[in-house]
Amino acid sequence: MLLKILFRNAFRHKVRTTLTICGIAVAILAFGLLRTVVTAWYAGVEAASANRLITRNATSLVFPLPLAYKDKIRGVEGVTRVSYGNWFGGVYITERNFFANFAVEPGAYLKQYPEYVLTDLEKEAFLRDRRGCIAGANLARRFGWKVGDSITLKGTIFPGDWELVLRGIYRGREDNVDENQFFFHWDYLNETVRRTQPGRADQVGFYVITIAHAQEAAMISDRVDALFRNSFAATLTETEKAFQLGFVSLSEAILTAIRLISLVVIGVIMAVAANTMGMSVRERLGEYAVLKTLGFGNTYVSLIILGESLVIAVLGGFLGMVCTFPASEMVGRAVGDYFPVFVVARETLYLEFLAAILVGSVAALFPMWRASTVPIAEGLRRIS
Amino acid sequence: MTLVEIRNVSKSYIKGDQTIPVLQNINLSIGRKEFIALMGPSGSGKSTLLNLIAGLDSADSGVISVDGMDISSLSQRDLARWRSLHVGFIFQFYNLIPVLTAFENVELPLLLTGLTKRQRREHALTALQLVKLEDRLDHYPGQLSGGQQQRVAIARAVVSDPTLLVADEPTGDLDRVSAEDVLQLMERLSADLGKTVIMVTHDPRAARKAHRMQFLDKGVLADAPEDTLSECF
Repeated sequence: MLLKILFRNAFRHKVRTTLTICGIAVAILAFGLLRTVVTAWYAGVEAASANRLITRNATSLVFPLPLAYKDKIRGVEGVTRVSYGNWFGGVYITERNFFANFAVEPGAYLKQYPEYVLTDLEKEAFLRDRRGCIAGANLARRFGWKVGDSITLKGTIFPGDWELVLRGIYRGREDNVDENQFFFHWDYLNETVRRTQPGRADQVGFYVITIAHAQEAAMISDRVDALFRNSFAATLTETEKAFQLGFVSLSEAILTAIRLISLVVIGVIMAVAANTMGMSVRERLGEYAVLKTLGFGNTYVSLIILGESLVIAVLGGFLGMVCTFPASEMVGRAVGDYFPVFVVARETLYLEFLAAILVGSVAALFPMWRASTVPIAEGLRRIS
Repeated sequence: MTLVEIRNVSKSYIKGDQTIPVLQNINLSIGRKEFIALMGPSGSGKSTLLNLIAGLDSADSGVISVDGMDISSLSQRDLARWRSLHVGFIFQFYNLIPVLTAFENVELPLLLTGLTKRQRREHALTALQLVKLEDRLDHYPGQLSGGQQQRVAIARAVVSDPTLLVADEPTGDLDRVSAEDVLQLMERLSADLGKTVIMVTHDPRAARKAHRMQFLDKGVLADAPEDTLSECF
């Protein structure tokens, strides 16, 4: 019966309740999208493997490391595989067509990144062709590429037109794998550089190291860096996660602002919902007085108010959660260049649900207090 | 045999920095099965006295006992429980819950008892049969006339079989025919079911149905003016 009262009360003013539900839905949607932006920012970090280390030049990522380090790193105890690569920084047709592209040692690299899924035929074709390349499924879809297409990248760091042939389109094994990347053979890059800029040959931008046991990451990193401490190109080795976090930390202020805005959105809708509940309770103080007259205590009355507030907030929250998926799909398409992985995380859905519960609960607090403290006689007088 | 005993009861309200006395040193006894009308001009303290007897408000001083229980000493929680068991309420504006049907409104007080759903249903149906509204079970208050709503309110007041019925201007919002129906019903509750009825009213015709009339003026019990008496009896 009390459930009936709270459900029916919630929809006594259909327009007001519907508008409040829509308001909460929009706020929860905005909250969810902002959280998804934050998640997208950390996508690389989340996708990072605990068994992979990245070694780069200790001075800066822009300075290269000698190719000769590879064998020394491979000899470090605990290291099971080493590959290397360069950030190529090429553009496709115009500079507006930006995407991440790397020259890598393909055989070892693909073994280190099993989350990039290719068919055996594609993998074989890519490994065999020195001018072969692979692209993520999103990237291929974006430019309408098919396996076998010729792709020309304009080099910005390594000048010239680089003729490549698409040999495979990889898909991510998990949702958080970036399908907007592009890889080709480091050997092709190095051979060309040796001819055109011999001083830059046999140098790599980074090493990717696979280790047997994740818990030995710190120890192995120290061992690798110790090898080159006194050389002209000292190294800095860290876990792939720490390496990715280094990029994210550059945008920490923006991320903090986004987090704050998402909380402000919830705060605003909390005030709106509290106002709605305040109005409803003010109109019904007489009815609550009647319930108290009949012997229902303040707990019952408070539960009716809290329940009504939660019904409205949860309906709004649910609507917002449902809308988060198509909205994030649209936003993801629009900002795909900047956020290759724009997926609503399960954690975001939990947070949206919690936010809805919080809005409903906080909005009911003052009305509950008001209904509990108004003397019965005063409440009854309001009816007359 | 006395059911309600009121001894030296006073009550005042504080408005700003002013203390306004509403009831002063009231002494009154009301017998079992008695039907008593409380009359007096507006602001004389009738409704306040009714609220004190029904445990809706507390006196500043004095003692109110109902069926031997000193209700002035009960906590708010105990008072709520006591009301649910011993007092039925009938208001001027019916005070039904608009989102509940007539049946649900009548069933409402029974939620505080240990009755099963089936028992609650039987009791609510009996109460609605008593007020001749068994064919309006599923109607919402907004779909009923004023007289019908007041009959539903009476059914709600008697459904938990309380000893005491308090009615605050029960005919104040009704037309003459509906008012007569309601008054006859209240008379029957007292005569046939043995309920003690305390009714606040301005209406001499309503007071005429009561066994006894008490007049309040400026917060004290007083003799009724001649014209009021002649209208009532």
